[in-house]
Amino acid sequence: MMENLMSGYLIYWLIGVLFVIGIHGIIQKNNFIKKIMAMNIMQVAVIIFFLVLGQKTGATLPILIHGVEGAENYINPLPHALMLTAIVVSLSTTGVALALLLRIQKHFDELEEPDVLRGMDQ
Amino acid sequence: MREHIPALIAIIPLMAALIAPVVAYFSMWLVRGISILAILTAHIFSLNALYHSLTVGTWHYYFGDWAPPWGIEYVIDPLSGSMASLVSFISLLVAFYAGPYLKDDTWLKKGIFYGLYLLITSGLLGMVITGDLFNLYVFLEISSLATYAIIASGGRKATVAAFRYLLIGTIAASFYLLGIGYLYAVTGTLNMADMAGRIQELMSSPAVLIGIAMIVVGMGLKAAVFPMHGWLPDAYTYAPPQVTAFIAGVMTKVSAYVLFRVTFFVLGAANGPVYAALTVMGWIAAVGIVMGSVMAIAQKDFRRMLAYSSVAQIGYIVLGISLGNMLGLIGALLHILNHAVMKSCLFLVAGGIKWRTGEHSIAKLAELSGKMPLTMGAFLVAALSMVGLPPTAGFFSKWYLVLGALDANMWPFVIVIILSSLLNAIYFFRVIENFFLKKREAGEAVKRETGAPKESLELPVTMLIPIVILGIGILAIGILNSQIVTNILQYSVPGGGL
Repeated sequence: MMENLMSGYLIYWLIGVLFVIGIHGIIQKNNFIKKIMAMNIMQVAVIIFFLVLGQKTGATLPILIHGVEGAENYINPLPHALMLTAIVVSLSTTGVALALLLRIQKHFDELEEPDVLRGMDQ
Repeated sequence: MREHIPALIAIIPLMAALIAPVVAYFSMWLVRGISILAILTAHIFSLNALYHSLTVGTWHYYFGDWAPPWGIEYVIDPLSGSMASLVSFISLLVAFYAGPYLKDDTWLKKGIFYGLYLLITSGLLGMVITGDLFNLYVFLEISSLATYAIIASGGRKATVAAFRYLLIGTIAASFYLLGIGYLYAVTGTLNMADMAGRIQELMSSPAVLIGIAMIVVGMGLKAAVFPMHGWLPDAYTYAPPQVTAFIAGVMTKVSAYVLFRVTFFVLGAANGPVYAALTVMGWIAAVGIVMGSVMAIAQKDFRRMLAYSSVAQIGYIVLGISLGNMLGLIGALLHILNHAVMKSCLFLVAGGIKWRTGEHSIAKLAELSGKMPLTMGAFLVAALSMVGLPPTAGFFSKWYLVLGALDANMWPFVIVIILSSLLNAIYFFRVIENFFLKKREAGEAVKRETGAPKESLELPVTMLIPIVILGIGILAIGILNSQIVTNILQYSVPGGGL
């Protein structure tokens, strides 16, 4: 019962909640580091979404095994391959964001958004 | 060699981007040469591919000979061919223009600038020619990441603008990726043509509905369609002047192209949920056209005014797409072309004025017409074209949009287009009045007369040539608009030219 619920709808709702938490954090938090963390949560939600799409109960690794015939016995490897790319993108986005924060810290001595915006007006 | 042209369009700038910082270490002159050569090659290949798609037919290129839907496919039809030619042309002119700005930089700064610039070019070219939805996401991220970095190089305020753009850009890309995820879950394919064939019978599925909504929101954010335009004014205002022209002219338009490609070529606009999404987008765009123009009037900074006017102009393009009939779509595509040329020209002029006078405030820029005659001539043409006076290009795209709106019986849209033209006239004539008629008062002397002869402030030749080419281009597009429409654009819209 619980397993069916999990693999049916609940997991997608949980992913949706994770995604919304991420966006909420990006918009609502004032600290730039917290914004980056929220951004990572959002990206992880997308990655888990794809991984769940590739999941199949009772199937095995997508490597041809003798005696195991038919596509229904293997999971779909494509979402996983796509998410490898998405993970790399997420990593480099975080890297660029942190590099920008270093510059902001150097220029403004602040990482809180209201303070930085006040600094921009001067 | 020739059969690999579709792949080389994106790969040559990418390879040049990777070697640019290394080359810059050995010769600053060589890195500029290699960058311009790479973009020029991409431009020639794009034109070649466009010609091929018009004369022979759509050009399909299979990466590594893996036939779709398993492999990645590049598709050059008249639409993507003309977009690729436009992107590489503007990129070429702006690369040429950037030279004097970088004169005093160290080899590292110069190498990284050209590297990032080529990455943006390569990413945008890849976005327009790919036939695979996920490959499009990868190119989107390549161009976006390079854009964040290059905007941040504009100085103190630019770092904050770039960081906020990064957050919003990542949200947009995540929405787009989730949207593809939903469509992939129901169709099992990522190839655009393959998906177009499979998705028709699945249109009533809620997953498709969510997917469409997410792709529209994601690309709307990237294209800065009205309520999602918050990142744009800061990014355009604080970005280094030499790249603003390219980013403003081309980046948002490529996102609008993706919106067009996905809604019409993949999903097929005649269907229920897509039609609903387009209708919503049309009304939002109409509000955006008016709001963007009103906000532009309120700006004192020249570049900020241009940035808000971009929000309004993107509205025209989305409005044309949302009309969905032949004339509306031709209007939207013609406006993509016109706006890329006009806005690039205006931002190049803004950059040039800043370079000569160190000033951006409209009120302080007086009496420039006598000092920079050619630059101001090009500015005048571009400004009149933004307002939409007949011989210039801007008139004709608005004309097609109005015809499309009449065809679809959307009277409010006609009123919006006319109203916005009047608002455009208000803020551009204010600038024209300052530049051409107002006398400079004492004490408002031009601050930096860098190396120019006394009374002339005309820009150096490398900066002047791109501005003049774009100025002439606006007139040429206006005069040749019927040829462009009959020979290229009518083959670019779905079901056209048959």
